[in-house]
Amino acid sequence: MNFDKELNARGLSCPLPIVKTKKSLNDMTSGQVLKVISTDTGSVKDMAAFAEQTGNPLLAQEEVNGEFVFYMKKK
Amino acid sequence: MANKKMAIIATKGTLDMAYPPFILASTAAALGYDVQVFFTFYGLQLLRKDLSNVMISPLANPAMPMPIPMPVMVQMLPGMESMATMMMKQKLKKHGVASLEELRDLCLEADVKFVACQMTVDLFEFDKSEFIDQVEYGGAATFMGFAGDTDICLFV
Repeated sequence: MNFDKELNARGLSCPLPIVKTKKSLNDMTSGQVLKVISTDTGSVKDMAAFAEQTGNPLLAQEEVNGEFVFYMKKK
Repeated sequence: MANKKMAIIATKGTLDMAYPPFILASTAAALGYDVQVFFTFYGLQLLRKDLSNVMISPLANPAMPMPIPMPVMVQMLPGMESMATMMMKQKLKKHGVASLEELRDLCLEADVKFVACQMTVDLFEFDKSEFIDQVEYGGAATFMGFAGDTDICLFV
């Protein structure tokens, strides 16, 4: 999937993946896609919750070699 | 639509109890909440520029997981608090948990409002110059002014 910006959240624990996702989105424009890579198991549910509450759609997510990859579109 | 709001009262000044207010405040701010944290009593320690005195004690803290069983008589020895704090900080770092300083900065960056309880600042004779600059001062009525209109209100 194409993306405009990548956030490396590897090794970070709650709440950093979420807070840093929000910070990354702040620097982006509407319609752009952010790729987030996290190793925090809790981030799977938290990213979905973040997407739902902020209205930034989670386009896709996958697990690759024990890492969680999210594609979020800025609303 | 107006933003949702969250208010937290932070009353504890130990390392373990410092995390919940900062974690919840930074997360709520990321989710678009307007957040205010009211620091009172020992919670005031969390507003100091230097957070190195925010510690954890194994004493009277039976729920704290220890690498080896430690009798209370040992826990009360001089230096045990510093050692427990050092070990806890190492553990936090190893697990990728942000430091208190980092979480507090993230809160400030996200416009979380910090209010220090004027009465307890006076009671403990804190020098305001010891606190970070972004602190506002107020009393219980100030807190109610914001808290009365919140979606989430927590006492930590």
